[in-house]
Amino acid sequence: MDFIIQNILNAMQWGSFYALIALGYTLVYGVLRLINFAHGDIFMVGAYISFFVASFLIGPIAGISPLLAFAITVPLTMVLTSLVGVTLERIAYRPLRRKGAHRLYVVITALMAGLVLEYSNLAVLGASRLKFPELIEKQIWHVGGVTLTNLKVMVIVAAIVVFLFLQWVVTRTRVGMAMRAISYDKFAIPLMGIPIDRIIVVTFVLGSGFAGLAGLLFAMSYPVLEPFMGMLIGWKAFIAAVVGGIGDIKGAFVGGFLLGFIEVGVVSVFPSSYRDLFAFTILLLILWVKPSGLFGIPQSTKI
Amino acid sequence: MLLSVENLEVKYGNIQALHGISFHVKEGEIVTLIGANGAGKTTCMHTITRLPPPEAPRVIGGDIKFQGESILKTQPSDVVKKLHIALSPEGRRIFGNLTVLENLKLATYAREKNADLEKEYDYIFDLFPRLKERRTQRSESLSGGEQQMLAVGRALMTGCKILLLDEPSMGLAPVLKYEMFRKLKQLNEDGMTILLVEQNANLALQLAHRGYVMDTGNIVAEGTGEELMNNPEVKKAYLGG
Repeated sequence: MDFIIQNILNAMQWGSFYALIALGYTLVYGVLRLINFAHGDIFMVGAYISFFVASFLIGPIAGISPLLAFAITVPLTMVLTSLVGVTLERIAYRPLRRKGAHRLYVVITALMAGLVLEYSNLAVLGASRLKFPELIEKQIWHVGGVTLTNLKVMVIVAAIVVFLFLQWVVTRTRVGMAMRAISYDKFAIPLMGIPIDRIIVVTFVLGSGFAGLAGLLFAMSYPVLEPFMGMLIGWKAFIAAVVGGIGDIKGAFVGGFLLGFIEVGVVSVFPSSYRDLFAFTILLLILWVKPSGLFGIPQSTKI
Repeated sequence: MLLSVENLEVKYGNIQALHGISFHVKEGEIVTLIGANGAGKTTCMHTITRLPPPEAPRVIGGDIKFQGESILKTQPSDVVKKLHIALSPEGRRIFGNLTVLENLKLATYAREKNADLEKEYDYIFDLFPRLKERRTQRSESLSGGEQQMLAVGRALMTGCKILLLDEPSMGLAPVLKYEMFRKLKQLNEDGMTILLVEQNANLALQLAHRGYVMDTGNIVAEGTGEELMNNPEVKKAYLGG
């Protein structure tokens, strides 16, 4: 029993990372019909930003306590990472949109933008891995036979809070309503007096900001950073978003957690080298049965 | 003069769609642009509303003036927000994934925070009672006629001074067409200025104070509704006899 609960907790932690990243894929896809393949690398950039912010804050110049540094690092990382996302939109995607480029070219641009982020990181910082400083003293709680860390709980809580927040934004606010409307028909948006670019910027701010949060939490949980850390996790989160039904907030969340559960489930029974093989086979089967994803509605309505 | 288009020339890529057309709309008028498919009517509407590329054509000559000032440099969303020009586009283009009420609400996006909108919702629900009945339904579940009502209602909720209508009768059964035109007449009597693009020339000329006939990017005739209806050329080309 303890073994099962322990694994459920581990699954939820990984699911939270996938979900936090998948939400960004789904937001951008919902609004722009663009698979933002650079999103996994935004996550990586977020992790690096948090590294530099945190290192500076607890370093000799600023020299503040780790806990206070953490409290500042969270919002600052989110803001800076969202700036990176917005910049990407501004210099890579918007010019293509203006010229009415075919979707294929925009997707290729996204792929290339991701590679540019990876390799510029490699060029600037080199291949050496960075060690993330410890901001919060690790606390381990034992409940029965189950081991719980404060970080694990924080990651899971963060994912749930972010999900509820985005769900609220999309269903209850004016900007969210505009986002849903764009996903249905971009044409009529300016006719409502809505500046379409501003809604798109908000979308990138939200998606990138939470990718930054995921990067920070990931770096705290697995404190080794390298330029390609966003690649595989980004792909996985993207697949999770598709399996959940891309364009749907609930879908990204459920898809992320589902992937987490499948992975941890496989590892708890089979050798860990089987993990990705089983995970992706199961996801393949889900898409085989329901090609539009769990919460996806074919075409018409997304987000 | 509320709206005046002066020698407007536009291109889509290398293809010239309007060859220097001029027309104007005075406050309180219903003016119609009629003409066959491909005459440039919709192009004209998209140019006035300054839709962002790639939808809108490129202006290569002439001017569009609203209350005497050129609007060619105005941002698309500001055409609605600052100039209060609203378009109910061809094919309705309602947001099918939103409810009727959400569609109307979204149209108030650019309005002042403290505007008293309750009266305006009531006005639209009085004009189109069907919309009130269906206000919580997803709008893609509405019938074609109801969707057209929503498209018009949505344009009105932007708080417009002039309403541009692109083919409001398209795809409607005859009974609904007449119904829609009666509503437009009522709107005009309540003070709304209307610029109407129509393929159904007969209906449009009966409603409009004045009209222009367009053909392949040019204006080939103009006059009051009655004059145009009795113009033998227009009769032959557009009124079926």
